[in-house]
Amino acid sequence: MIALHGLVKRFGGRTALDGVDLEVPAGTVHGLLGPNGAGKTTIVRVLTTLLSPDGGDALVAGRSVRSHPDDVRRSLGVSGQYAAVDERLTGFENLRMVARLYGMPRRTAVERARRLLADFRLEDVADTLLAGQYSGGMRRRLDLAGAVIARPPVVILDEPTTGLDPRGRRDTWDAVDSLTADGVTVLLTTQYLEEADRLADSISVIDRGRIVAEGSARTLKSRAGGSRIDVSCTRVDQVRTARTALARHGLEADADDRGHRLTLSTEEGVGGLGRVLRALEEAGIDVEEASLRQPTLDEVFLALTGDQESGGRPSGSRRSPESEPAR
Amino acid sequence: MRVLRALGDGRVIARRNLIGLRRTPGALVTGIAQPILFVLILAFVFGGALGGDQYREFLIGGILAQTLTFNSSFTAVYLAKDLQSGLIDRFRALPMSRVGVILGRTVSDLATSAISVLVILVCGLAIGWRPTSGIGSILLTCALLMLFAFAVSWVGALIALTARSVEVAQSVGLLWLFPVCFVSGAFVSADMLPSALQAIARWNPVTAVATAARDGFGNSAPAGFVAPGGWPAEHPALYATLCCITLIAVFAPMAVMRYRSIGRR
Repeated sequence: MIALHGLVKRFGGRTALDGVDLEVPAGTVHGLLGPNGAGKTTIVRVLTTLLSPDGGDALVAGRSVRSHPDDVRRSLGVSGQYAAVDERLTGFENLRMVARLYGMPRRTAVERARRLLADFRLEDVADTLLAGQYSGGMRRRLDLAGAVIARPPVVILDEPTTGLDPRGRRDTWDAVDSLTADGVTVLLTTQYLEEADRLADSISVIDRGRIVAEGSARTLKSRAGGSRIDVSCTRVDQVRTARTALARHGLEADADDRGHRLTLSTEEGVGGLGRVLRALEEAGIDVEEASLRQPTLDEVFLALTGDQESGGRPSGSRRSPESEPAR
Repeated sequence: MRVLRALGDGRVIARRNLIGLRRTPGALVTGIAQPILFVLILAFVFGGALGGDQYREFLIGGILAQTLTFNSSFTAVYLAKDLQSGLIDRFRALPMSRVGVILGRTVSDLATSAISVLVILVCGLAIGWRPTSGIGSILLTCALLMLFAFAVSWVGALIALTARSVEVAQSVGLLWLFPVCFVSGAFVSADMLPSALQAIARWNPVTAVATAARDGFGNSAPAGFVAPGGWPAEHPALYATLCCITLIAVFAPMAVMRYRSIGRR
């Protein structure tokens, strides 16, 4: 349903996309995972016909963004991290406008707008608040409703939860779930492995304009060494002892920069956590806190690319021109 | 088909703009206060030296042409705001007409201009200006003024689409207005300007609109004013109409071209 063939995009001397190939079969959700400036937003802007590629092609529902941009726009809905809603219009007015611009007749536009406001739990504020007065989460939901109002077969979500609080994030995830239940093909960009894992059937990891890994969340995670266990000790001076104790059980732990916390990889999930705790108890170490979590994006990158430079860069610390919409 | 779609989309966008205008009426203050200030300053600060009551009669046509030209900066600012907020990107990703967004803007900005015209006419009546022609002529003159407002609005649109940031659009959108409005016959007879500027002023569309407005309302110039010569001065309404058509024919396609190529490097 979405296909990228050797997509290249340069901004001046900088190569933002360096030959990206991607296939998203109909009815599936594909996650595009990568740090800021990796090329995610550039791909979205090419697919939504806002940027023209310098090489290769992008197809949506079989139509090329180069030769049939209007057909592409017709089969696409897009919702972005900037949640471009008109702040001076109410939620209802926003959706009615988008529906009309998709070419719907007036009455259908009004019906669809009402319907979606209900679906996205915005009925209460639909006519009473201007979109500018909405919370971040409500704004995203409104933007998302606009993306699907014309029932496009393909929906592109550009970092749908960036900048949202946990509640807003959960709400948005639920909204995406209801989309996929309708058989819509979704391309989702995100910086969070957890989000890609939660929503996507398959994931591509992108870095510096290239796809560096592809597969299900499970495969990627196992390639990244499974889950992570974080352990911190009540007494900081016990951290070294703890590390040695774990090593005796064949468990290799890394200490963080300040030496306060140990991190281990495990493929066994909760079982692995149990082993670690038992080993520490045996050695008589007071564990203050122990937790099992997904590897962070940085850890995935480190494991997949073996590239300290790329994997170690904190998300969001380096703003490239690409992460801002070109204006 | 494409024309119908452009008109339909333009209407949707114009409606959206008008709702926005109604909800932030503060934006109208400039559109209302500025012409009042110009009328009062020119009528009472300079008016005495330029012919008193007779100058006040002469002045209104000039203020109308100047204010409507200045109103093009509203188009520039509003459009630049939409560009900056990312809303235009949203529109460009929709299967809508490429003309629709700008057409909607230039059409809805006519509302601001209509209010400006009304304010100026009321203000004029208050300081002693009177239309002496028939109702038909008055209505035709108002229609010409609206056509002119629509035409210069496209210039504002092109400025916004080229500048892309609100700040640049605002300053550039205002800067060009001063020479265009004041090197003209809007406030004095074109033939009273230094000879080097006379030719420019004679052919300046602002002169033509001001003169056409005076003709249309049946206003005359103060006795001391040199009657300007040249073809535009003899056919102000016709020349003004031709100017408007030319402005639209030149600036509308340029604006649409810019709109198509935003970000498409």
